[in-house]
Amino acid sequence: MAEGMTWSVTDGDKLTQAEIYGEVLSQLGDRYPDLVAITADLASSTKIGRFGKKFPDRFINVGIAENSMFGMAAGLAQAGLRPVVSTFAAFTALRSAEQVRTDICYQNLNVKIISTHAGISFGQAGSTHHCTEDLAVMRSFANMTVIVPADGIETGNAVAAAMEWPGPVYIRVGRGFEPPVNKTQDYGFAIGRAITMREGTDLAIIACGVGVLQAVRAAEILKAQGLSVRVINMHTVKPIDRDAIIEAVKDTRRIVTVEEHNVVGGLGSAVAEVIVESGRACAFRRLGVPDCYSIVGYPEDLYHHYRFDADGIVETVGELMRLEIEEDEDWEDEA
Amino acid sequence: MPLTREEIRGLTKKAWDIRRAIIETTFTCGGSHIGGSLSQTDVLVALYYRYLNIDPARPGWEDRDRFILSKGHGGIGWASVLGDRGYFDKALLKDFNKTGSPFGMHLDSLKVKGCDASTGSLGHGLAIAVGLAIGARLTGKGFRTYVMMGDGELCEGTIWEAAILAGHRKLDNLTAFVDRNGLMIDGPTEQITTLEPIDEKFKAFGWEALTIDGHDFAQIGEAIEQAQAVRGKPCVIICKTVKGKGVDLMENKAPWHYGGLNSDLRDQALASVDRHYRELLG
Ligand SMILES: Cc1ncc(C[n+]2csc(CCOP(=O)(O)OP(=O)(O)O)c2C)c(N)n1
Repeated sequence: MAEGMTWSVTDGDKLTQAEIYGEVLSQLGDRYPDLVAITADLASSTKIGRFGKKFPDRFINVGIAENSMFGMAAGLAQAGLRPVVSTFAAFTALRSAEQVRTDICYQNLNVKIISTHAGISFGQAGSTHHCTEDLAVMRSFANMTVIVPADGIETGNAVAAAMEWPGPVYIRVGRGFEPPVNKTQDYGFAIGRAITMREGTDLAIIACGVGVLQAVRAAEILKAQGLSVRVINMHTVKPIDRDAIIEAVKDTRRIVTVEEHNVVGGLGSAVAEVIVESGRACAFRRLGVPDCYSIVGYPEDLYHHYRFDADGIVETVGELMRLEIEEDEDWEDEA
Repeated sequence: MPLTREEIRGLTKKAWDIRRAIIETTFTCGGSHIGGSLSQTDVLVALYYRYLNIDPARPGWEDRDRFILSKGHGGIGWASVLGDRGYFDKALLKDFNKTGSPFGMHLDSLKVKGCDASTGSLGHGLAIAVGLAIGARLTGKGFRTYVMMGDGELCEGTIWEAAILAGHRKLDNLTAFVDRNGLMIDGPTEQITTLEPIDEKFKAFGWEALTIDGHDFAQIGEAIEQAQAVRGKPCVIICKTVKGKGVDLMENKAPWHYGGLNSDLRDQALASVDRHYRELLG
């Protein structure tokens, strides 16, 4: 285990996000004797069951009853425990939104929520199992911290960091069959601090989750076309790293956001809020699911369909690069 | 009128076709909720080929009986029935789950003819059915509403909220089925959260409750006719079933809640179903 790290996995690049999550959580069980894990008949699907196998006395399967589960998590936290809850994102953020808000966030309780099958990662299941609204919903709950790891290794880092982070945390996990973007776990992950995956001065792509891999791929293609594109992994959507955004605006004046989420209310909206409030104009596009119920299909096909895969990003970057942006000497003073 | 021997034979043959179709589509689509699709099949066949007052040529006909698959993950089984019943070209099912197909694992009412509610998130269907049943009364329509729930699904609080209201409103135009196969995803229902006594729970909420063998067409038919005749309360039919019914390698096995089939497994599954029906039909 690397120094300072609380978890380790072998072959991390071959495991899905959820598999790494399950493994990391069961390792954290040794470190945190007050950690209790809860699920609603999705022990195997979310991989939280791995913790249950190791610590059966600290594992509760409530049956298919998400609303009660989140209420119960609040009660367990009030009893002094450290509940970790897992179900599919659609059931956390949509079905049980009120329990998460009122029972957990309103009372600022120490509950960590790790939701899997988020976005359109369970593509063939259709809209009842897609969740392209969770970032919008969770971000609007005061006290909530919202993290969207880019891959399995980052999921491990986020889960470990969440244990030491006060209050409720929502971690969004996909099904995660994509290749990882991080090779090792010690790249300096910290909640609330964006990671610059590539430097660049012509344009910046701000992405989270699977968007990061797509953005890195797009930046490589664009480099071959002579463009210098910055890629920022904005894994924490709330609290968002304002400095990283404003710096990117100042340096590039062209921003594209990429997320596996409705373009309404998620990362793109969060970044837009920061930019507009900074008073600095820039060219700006949000890529994601364009405010519709996503169609059925394999996730990679859907990323392409909605044009937030590498191809789609390249296309949008091309559009922004064709815009005339006035050089403004006094721009610094305007804000 | 009880089903005749000939009718039962016809329905049995239909169920054979549907089980074969579920296996074939599971093979082509890469994976499906096959266990629960096989357990619900006989009730769906009895409804769609004998009891529902429907016209597949007019899926939007206002007076049609309604059927809601509250355990929406049985979509592949439901679609197999709807296609065979003529709501759409069965050949479309070869694209089940594929990108851009109208058919995902959970059916979409805007895309699939004959599907009256987009289910898949458990615990929603009974409330929708209660709304339809109250709606039929308010609009003076005579249609009946049928809804099929999973047994694991009964954990959801919304089921019991809707059940209380249905009892309170004495909705005798509503019939609910519970596919009592004894399993949810993570294992046997009674090991995770005790559900029994299910019939007494519904009765306490003002329902009539019948318990039958959900693979026996004579019993299914009799129960549906009894439910139609009940006055002054809704009726639930608790169908004792086997998850994976008809496929030896899947029967009563929780991991077959969801799974894919390679060609070997498909052949084994088809052979098992064929054996089962040859015995049954003599
Ligand atoms: C609200 C909700 N929670 C969880 C799930 C995931 N899920 C799909 S099927 C299933 C188990 C259903 O068990 P049961 O109702 O007994 O159905 P069956 O055994 O007939 O397939 C679960 C938990 C879901 N679809 N909806």
